[in-house]
Amino acid sequence: MSVIRVLSGRAWVWSFLGMFLVWLVTAVYTGGKGSADVITAALSFATFTVIVGIGQMFVITTGPGNVDLSIPSTIALSGAVAMKLMGSSNDMLAIGLAASLGCGLAVGIFNYLLIRVLRIPPIIATLSSSFLILSTAIAYGRGLKIKPPPMLAEFTTAQVGGVPILAIVIILFAILMSVVLNRTVYGRSVLAIGQNMRAAWLAGINVERIRFMTYVLSALLAAICGFLLSGFSGGASLNMGQEYLLASIAVVVIGGTSVAGGKANVPGIWGAAMFMFLLVTMLNTLGASAGIRLIMTGLIIVAVITIAGGDEPQR
Amino acid sequence: MTASDTNIVTLENVAKHFGAVRALDGVDLKVDAGECLGLVGHNGAGKSTLMHVLAGTLSPGAGSMGIRGHDLTGSYNVTAAGENGIRCVFQELSLCPNLTVAENARIFHPSLTGWGWKRRAGAMIRDKLDEIFPGHGIHADDVVGDLSIGKRQMVEIARAFTTTDTPLHLVILDEPTSSLDAHTSKQLLDFVRKAVGEGQSCILISHVLGEILTYSDRIVVMKDGLVVASRAGSDFTRDTLVAAMGNVVEMEEIKEREARDVNRDHAPLVIEARSDTGQDSVPFVAHKGEIVGLAGLASHGQTAMLLKIYDAAMRGRNTATVSGPVALVAGDRQTDGVFHLWSIARNIGVRSLRNMVRNGLIDPAAEAEMGREWQERIKIKAPDMNDNILSLSGGNQQKALFARALASDAEIILMDDPMRGVDVGTKLEVYDLIRAEAQKGRTFLWYTTEMDELYNCDHTYVFRDGAIVADLSRGDLSEEKVLQSSFKASA
Repeated sequence: MSVIRVLSGRAWVWSFLGMFLVWLVTAVYTGGKGSADVITAALSFATFTVIVGIGQMFVITTGPGNVDLSIPSTIALSGAVAMKLMGSSNDMLAIGLAASLGCGLAVGIFNYLLIRVLRIPPIIATLSSSFLILSTAIAYGRGLKIKPPPMLAEFTTAQVGGVPILAIVIILFAILMSVVLNRTVYGRSVLAIGQNMRAAWLAGINVERIRFMTYVLSALLAAICGFLLSGFSGGASLNMGQEYLLASIAVVVIGGTSVAGGKANVPGIWGAAMFMFLLVTMLNTLGASAGIRLIMTGLIIVAVITIAGGDEPQR
Repeated sequence: MTASDTNIVTLENVAKHFGAVRALDGVDLKVDAGECLGLVGHNGAGKSTLMHVLAGTLSPGAGSMGIRGHDLTGSYNVTAAGENGIRCVFQELSLCPNLTVAENARIFHPSLTGWGWKRRAGAMIRDKLDEIFPGHGIHADDVVGDLSIGKRQMVEIARAFTTTDTPLHLVILDEPTSSLDAHTSKQLLDFVRKAVGEGQSCILISHVLGEILTYSDRIVVMKDGLVVASRAGSDFTRDTLVAAMGNVVEMEEIKEREARDVNRDHAPLVIEARSDTGQDSVPFVAHKGEIVGLAGLASHGQTAMLLKIYDAAMRGRNTATVSGPVALVAGDRQTDGVFHLWSIARNIGVRSLRNMVRNGLIDPAAEAEMGREWQERIKIKAPDMNDNILSLSGGNQQKALFARALASDAEIILMDDPMRGVDVGTKLEVYDLIRAEAQKGRTFLWYTTEMDELYNCDHTYVFRDGAIVADLSRGDLSEEKVLQSSFKASA
């Protein structure tokens, strides 16, 4: 009994519960055939959602109104720049990665300048910067059809006993970021700012530096995601980031992070990302048409947030 | 004479427990028409909980409630409170910051509808403000969020006294003067006496015992969730009242404390600042180990001066000269102080995170230790320092904010009227703590709206309209001098 009570008090439990349920339904429907493969696929695809989800989580946690909508275009720009620079050559891997990170850094700084210097609300600032970033990617990568370096393609698709190597790396990374969130001065500062920005400043926290670091972190993670994703899917494309706009926000919220800020949860992002992928798989398996699939996905996400988001009302 | 004519509220054996905390443990309370009831007790004695029960925002776990002769046990709620003309001014202000004064006034009065409701609501609240606080300087179309905490409190109080269709029977004032200066406090209390004379009732909660003794018909003393005394106001003296509250601290007159021996010539200068007005008669200076007071009417530039010094220290700006790290004790704790999702211990530790880092990570043991140490030193009344900060009473939250600043490495402590809602016993302990810390070389800048607290200060700067108009040393300090300087322009 008490175990259940303790667990249900932790928001991330719900996302894992949801994940398990949809997987079970799929497995029962198919008679258990290929249900291990489904997990492997889910791990592979969820990995990319988790990378950007963690960045988005830190941004959302800094308080109401904070959100990074430039993630999809940063993924596209970073992928395009890296692929073009590396030109399918293993020797250029490090340079490609550095260029990707450079893109992320530039985007993060630019976003923050719009928010801070021009005092534009983050939602508008990152949305408008995403148009600029995407245009840059289009101008830079016109007719882009370059294969990733073989080493990168191999690394992003390699598996050990059905578990993708990349997923293991990102699970370790998620653990690291969980420690950063809960045990470092930076993480604590983010949580404090999300509850009350003014009180955080008056408690000696350098609010603007922390916000700056957070927007840069989010953009850097989006850039890394773009780099790895183009290796995984055999090259960069301009719309490869598109689905991560809603996905990055949805996994944060389903994973138990408060949209009102000040409360965040890293493990929940993994559960939520797996849940999202398995949900679509389940609907596919059940033979739902594209329209039904979208409607069901929407409804189920709303339902999960309603159940899992059963926070005590904030005063 | 039937009960419903004279009796507004009759509570019998009312109890309310929050987990293991017995906030109310069987309380009897009667309020009659045309009575001003003073309610006193230590932080966490259950005063605010009792008022929440009366306002209908908390339903009691046990006991019976009779309101104006009707038994409303179990069915009493906020709507019933409104229908019976019971209003409450809570300690945590409840105005909507994004709305104007007039719009906030309208929230209480659903009958104000149709064309021109905003104008009518504005006129209503303006008339009431004029009646209670002549010369208040608040406009009906001011956005509440832009007002200082003192002015917000005035709006909140005036709003509670406005009436449209339902007659007003009882107004509960929970620490109404804690954000008001001496002048506006007196305006309010005089108004309360007038309202009571006209047949309304009032419950007055305050830690300023002088107010309670002067203005109450009857005084109820609470302790540990129980009513321990209920007698006519004239039966109490300051000393018997303190004794009834169970105060172990010897009540000593702060005024008689000897001036501390701080030699301005030898102690190094740590702060030098000027207000933005350019009208200062003297610059604001503080030396190492000094306690410097900021006085005058509420929100005449004292908080602005503290924030200017804080800003200069944090950002390394040269708008003011500050040598040494600073920490601030907020008075407006909901807006400036408390992190509502965190435990008490985390709220205390947040200013000292850097000092708790071991091997790059915050050490939970160090944080817990700091919480334990300060729970003991400043007597925070909580079963567990890992409980949420909001489980504390207002005064205990304030103590946690004190602990946050005093536990830090700051050499300069800025205090923005920090004693709001803190009981007498704790105040005396905190005064001693401040003096002891000053002796060790810490500098305190202390904005206060309570005259008595200035007697703890070595130097007091009086502010008016944003500028410094007087510099009084401890020997020169008197209430007359402070008031004289505060009002010079208008007199």
